[in-house]
Amino acid sequence: MPRTRVYEAVTERLEILDTEGRVDEALMPEIDPSRIRDLYRDMVLMRTFDDKALKLQRQGRMGTWPPIKGQEAVQAGVALAMGENDWLIPTFREHGVMVLRGVPLHLVYAYWAGDERGSCYPEDVRCFPVAVPVGSQWQHGAGVGLSLKLRGEDAVAVTFGGDGSTSEGDFHEAVNCATVFDAKTVFVIQNNQWAISVPLHRQTAAETLAQKAHAYGLPGIQVDGNDVFAVYMAATEAIERARRGDGPSLIEAVTYRLGDHTTADDASRYRSEDELEKWEAQDPILRLGHFMEHQGLWDEDQEKVLREEAHDWVEAQVKVLEEMPPQAHEEIFTSMYAAMPPHVAEQMGELVEEMQS
Amino acid sequence: MSSTGAEGQALHAVPEAAAERQTIAQAVRDAMLGEMERDERVIVLGEDVGVDGGVFRATDGLIERFGADRVIDTPLAESSIIGMSVGLAATGFRPIAEIQFMGFVYPAINQLFAHAARMRNRTRGRLSCPMVVRMPYGGGIHPPEHHSESYEALFLNTPGFKVVVPSNPYDAKGLLVSAIRDDDPVLFMEPKRIYRAFREAVPVENYAVPLGQAVVAREGEDVTLIAWGAMVRVCLDAAEVLAREDISAEVVDLRTLNPLDRETMISSVVKTGRAVVVHEAPRTGGFGAEISAQIHEHAMLQLEAPVQRVAGFDVVFPLSHSEKLYLPSRERIVKAAEKVLAF
Repeated sequence: MPRTRVYEAVTERLEILDTEGRVDEALMPEIDPSRIRDLYRDMVLMRTFDDKALKLQRQGRMGTWPPIKGQEAVQAGVALAMGENDWLIPTFREHGVMVLRGVPLHLVYAYWAGDERGSCYPEDVRCFPVAVPVGSQWQHGAGVGLSLKLRGEDAVAVTFGGDGSTSEGDFHEAVNCATVFDAKTVFVIQNNQWAISVPLHRQTAAETLAQKAHAYGLPGIQVDGNDVFAVYMAATEAIERARRGDGPSLIEAVTYRLGDHTTADDASRYRSEDELEKWEAQDPILRLGHFMEHQGLWDEDQEKVLREEAHDWVEAQVKVLEEMPPQAHEEIFTSMYAAMPPHVAEQMGELVEEMQS
Repeated sequence: MSSTGAEGQALHAVPEAAAERQTIAQAVRDAMLGEMERDERVIVLGEDVGVDGGVFRATDGLIERFGADRVIDTPLAESSIIGMSVGLAATGFRPIAEIQFMGFVYPAINQLFAHAARMRNRTRGRLSCPMVVRMPYGGGIHPPEHHSESYEALFLNTPGFKVVVPSNPYDAKGLLVSAIRDDDPVLFMEPKRIYRAFREAVPVENYAVPLGQAVVAREGEDVTLIAWGAMVRVCLDAAEVLAREDISAEVVDLRTLNPLDRETMISSVVKTGRAVVVHEAPRTGGFGAEISAQIHEHAMLQLEAPVQRVAGFDVVFPLSHSEKLYLPSRERIVKAAEKVLAF
């Protein structure tokens, strides 16, 4: 009766682009220079609209807003790797990738400003609504991935979540079920180190989140989440794998939430200035900017033009938001059921009458 | 369609040639089978629903007929069963998810309340969850702990669902067909106590019993007994006992709890002037309270007596030895009816 090894595993980490903007040539994926400029533009747009939302919130023109500052590379890298028909299943900190997938920014703003119509994405945008209950969306990612597999559709489901959500049972159930069913799902953890005030080491005693994949029998990889090339490469591999029908993958993108959890939070209560400064030096946008300068793809003039364009585009979206006519009172009732049941219609009538009197 | 519910008499007049005498469990199975043949988007998933055919045999033979891609044995994970169904339903499937016993639905509550019930609202109608959650519910089968619960009130206080509870084989088939064809999430509570208690003529072809329509299961003049699911039979028994005392009891089988057929219920109470509501769930905060409130809102002046509730006690559902103490009985219903008549 010997004691034997029945399973051994190694978890890889992928880094391609360093903070100085230098790349590992051997690992660097082939990306057309124009796509690299697009990536940079996308990340600058995210930073710009995120910053604008914080300003709007301070002015009382926006509700509670969860900032994405610092996590732009994860969202831009995954978005670039996604195909036209792929589904996105986001949480509440994926405005970046949502906008890149076609959700109009003014609707994202409207949702967070408390307008029901902000959830009404265009018909052709394959994106689930924002999932607020932490970790619940992983299950939908598994379900959509199974749906695509059963229908033999040439599309995959890309679902996001944070480090905190890996402590929820739904994460484990979803990754397990998706793998059992060979679902066409890619799980992307944005490990931004903090779940409101609770640091990663209080979420898990494991060295990495990527290694949790071993327990469920799917590939898991850790990437430098502030390195857009590493994110793009890992996401491309995972999406291609799912598309081929070889099953789901798990990506842990190690990044950092440079802002507060939301505008209702004050992160200085629980984390140090030193830590923040350390991560500010890892800024994913600066990194890509340095790379483009080294490569001769970018100069100060282009930077200036882009910043102006980003500013103008965001302001135009704010204008669309603020010119929306007021939401009808009935709006809270109208989308409850395919056909409105009598008791709901009766209650809607009560409200309308009350508002008219 | 309805006649008296006395033992041995059919509740529904169905031509014998096109019908089979079936139990509720068989009717449930055949409803799914027919809908799966009719619509390839309909799939079944849950624990033991495939190879085993379901612990109550309600999915018996479906995997042989439709294969493992449409009759999916899932890992033992209720939150996944519902969470994945949300993903499947929002992208074009019509999943029928089975929660093996309603007492085990709690791990899936987040997915049900936070997502299934809200998907249409949260996407302004762009995505929806046309899914059915089948849940054997209720007591009376002497099982272990957590196998006897009736949690309908939880779901009735959560907008976005429809809640359906059949009381006989004919309705079980017709209501399940409607539930599967419905464009919103439907919680389909199956009275496991009477899964095999009796047989009734059930048409072979699928047919729809519309959601949101109650039925008068027995006509009467003096008092209205309002119930659903397994309690309808107990009310029909009580009505027989009352008839021997020259009390004419009308029995209203609600069949759908949301949307509620208020009209049928109120018309009956307006006629009789007296009402007793019967359910297995605990009394406090139970759906009987809502029914009582609605009767008072809409038929106050026609009432001859306060509405009475015959319900489970506000205690944990007892272990099998004591379940008879807990469950509303024919005698308790008779006593409540006598009380409203004596008021």
